[in-house]
Amino acid sequence: MGDGIGIQLAFFAFSALTVGSALLAATARKIVHSAFSLLATFFGVAGIYGVLGSDFMAVTQVVVYVGGILVLLVFGVLLTDRVPDEFQMKKPRNYVPAVIASGLTFVCLAWAITGTEWTRLPHMLKEVGEATPTTAAIGKSLLTDYLLPFEFASILLLVVLVGAARVARGGTR
Amino acid sequence: MGPLTLAHFLVLGALLFSIGVLTVTLRRNAIGVLMGIELMLNACNINLVAFSRFTGNIDGAVYAVFVVMLAAAEAAVALAIVLHVFHHAASISTDDYTEMKG
Repeated sequence: MGDGIGIQLAFFAFSALTVGSALLAATARKIVHSAFSLLATFFGVAGIYGVLGSDFMAVTQVVVYVGGILVLLVFGVLLTDRVPDEFQMKKPRNYVPAVIASGLTFVCLAWAITGTEWTRLPHMLKEVGEATPTTAAIGKSLLTDYLLPFEFASILLLVVLVGAARVARGGTR
Repeated sequence: MGPLTLAHFLVLGALLFSIGVLTVTLRRNAIGVLMGIELMLNACNINLVAFSRFTGNIDGAVYAVFVVMLAAAEAAVALAIVLHVFHHAASISTDDYTEMKG
């Protein structure tokens, strides 16, 4: 895809932003700091979608993740704010297994990714052209091939709305 | 620096996913665990959109839209449950939720 130096710089800049702030989110002492570094992570991922030429996903990422999920998480953090900071992380003896587990996950995935010749797979494009707007194609897809999942999604969201309100209000009657 | 290939995006996704695993295993705060899950969902979305771009097929992006929708639903329900458990157990630490321990 885009051989321009600009798009490569954008990719590495957004990757650094995403990974750096995600690491901060994973290791920050205070959970509020984690929540706010997630903000940078979500913007970084939106930038990666932009590099991939997926305009609709970039906008959705900002609207849903930053505008919805992150606000929800911050609400949760502030509503449960009675926890001393030293109780936020696992005990130090748990650090080693945690780092080993995630490190092994990454090594295995990276080994599989770099060991595969992706361009030789049958469905891959031989030549990735310029990015074209995706919004119209996604909309058409949602209302033709994916109409049933799309309708199920609306039912699911309704159920989630009712269920979340019911659970959060507490009480069993 | 060569041109960007699919592997660039997949490695980024793998890295983000492992950081999500790290967050889930490292945090005692139940909301911190939820943040780790969101990171993992984001990583999988990067993979879906990258495959969509490199195969020239829009289906991957449509799946990514559904994943975002499910992530929003999951966050809403999980947070409601966490708040409920927080009131019930008077603690946000996952280590204290031992009522169902055999």
